[in-house]
Amino acid sequence: MLNGPDQQAWSPSSRELERRNARRQISRKQFMIAGSSSVLVLGALYTLIITSPGWQVVKDTFFDLDYGREVLPTVLRGLVVNIQLSFIGGFFIAVIALSLALIRTTKSPALTPFRFLATAYVDIFRGAPLLLIILLVGFGVPALRLAGLTSNVIVLGTVAVVLTYSAYVAEVIRSGIMSIHPSQRAAARSLGLTSGQTMRFVVLPQAIKRVIPPLLNDFVSLLKDTGLVSILGVTDAVRAAQINASRTFNYTPYVVSAILFLLITIPLTRYIDRVIRRSSAKQNSEGAI
Amino acid sequence: MSNVLELVNVRKSFDSELVLSDLSLTVKEHTATVLIGASGSGKSTLLRCINLLETIDDGQIFLDGQEISDPLISVDEVRRKLGMVFQSFNLFPHKTVLENITLSPIKVHGIAPDQAHDQAMVLLKRFDLADKADQYPDRLSGGQQQRVAIIRSLAVNPRVLLLDEITSALDPVLVNEVLSIVRDLKHDGMTMVLATHEMGFATQVADEVCFLESGLILERGSADQVLKNPQNSKTQDFLKRVHEAGRL
Repeated sequence: MLNGPDQQAWSPSSRELERRNARRQISRKQFMIAGSSSVLVLGALYTLIITSPGWQVVKDTFFDLDYGREVLPTVLRGLVVNIQLSFIGGFFIAVIALSLALIRTTKSPALTPFRFLATAYVDIFRGAPLLLIILLVGFGVPALRLAGLTSNVIVLGTVAVVLTYSAYVAEVIRSGIMSIHPSQRAAARSLGLTSGQTMRFVVLPQAIKRVIPPLLNDFVSLLKDTGLVSILGVTDAVRAAQINASRTFNYTPYVVSAILFLLITIPLTRYIDRVIRRSSAKQNSEGAI
Repeated sequence: MSNVLELVNVRKSFDSELVLSDLSLTVKEHTATVLIGASGSGKSTLLRCINLLETIDDGQIFLDGQEISDPLISVDEVRRKLGMVFQSFNLFPHKTVLENITLSPIKVHGIAPDQAHDQAMVLLKRFDLADKADQYPDRLSGGQQQRVAIIRSLAVNPRVLLLDEITSALDPVLVNEVLSIVRDLKHDGMTMVLATHEMGFATQVADEVCFLESGLILERGSADQVLKNPQNSKTQDFLKRVHEAGRL
């Protein structure tokens, strides 16, 4: 902003006032067009749906409001299980994935066998379907009848999810580590930092920051995929909906369950997007990179 | 004056390309050795070899009489005694200016955080950057970033400062604010080895100028000898080209 004497004496010329008036008229016109086209299209879509011959059946089967209200508490209780599973699982996933990523990126000769094992682990659990791992762990482990091993399906289901997601997340973190330019490492090492210190104070903080968006995606996926443990008989939101739906042959509980998942995942993604934007605005004058 | 750095018949190649061929160089305490030569002549590689960022193929490097090209030596130990400043600054973008400077003193040299901060602030004040202490590097101009990078490498009191074309990424207006720091350090008696394309600056600070071509020092001597009165025809060619580009 200029604050000289010229600035105070200045008032818009008549030509500028004309231009401003013209701009106002253009934007008013555009607003009208956007509004009327929206009303037209959405209105047509709505009319098309509710006047179509099958609508009443669809509404009764999927969107039965009263029934939805009735099953809401049960499904909500199930959802609490999903959320707990996500956070407890998420903690173990973070720890295991970070260890795997660090082992795979280190060059220390003592860790050579671990590097090999970590690679094999990631290859196996990233490549096998999650549902298969859940079935294997959930039904397979109790069948071993080994003393000391739990047969609690919630625990076994969580273990299966953790096994698979550790592999996914480890690869995300590893790609973050490898995306840090070698010059950063050179600078840190030339200051006398050991390779461990370089990783801890220079590479990892930047790498983690860079992979927060994909990690968030993985967390949202994790929250959804905890629904798969319902196959073991865990009464989560999906299972609760399934029990009710199969009792009445009305599928509204599934829709209720879906809406509840969306109520968490959509705000979560929006919120973390904002967090990322704010923190990169602080560091980079050019905004998020 | 004792020899701080001594390179004896150093050889380095990348794949099949010979970058340094039997290069020898002695750097005395409190002197500035300036490396000149075209891009690809081996200046940066030479500095990176001294800092053990590259492993040499043959020859020996001594720091204060100790052979640092010995594979049994602790590289971290050696690098604690050397400061290095890069062409592209390489500041840590996730740390503030102050954190960039104090990281090594605190974590590597075991200095108490308060004391490290105080020492860093003294340096920042001396080079007119005290008001930038809590800023992140990306908010600084290129010249300011490079000055912070120099301070970062000074904060650990290095025996030798290695400067790798530190003004090549800066526009001409910012070059001088960086070079004036180096002039100050020269005045303080800091031992330096620097690769540069700024011939005027080389004339001011150099105790010895070395002209490198194809991994060899073709000509060495005082700035007056090498820059004003070069004997080797390749040095003459190089300086003529630099002169034509308006950099002398």
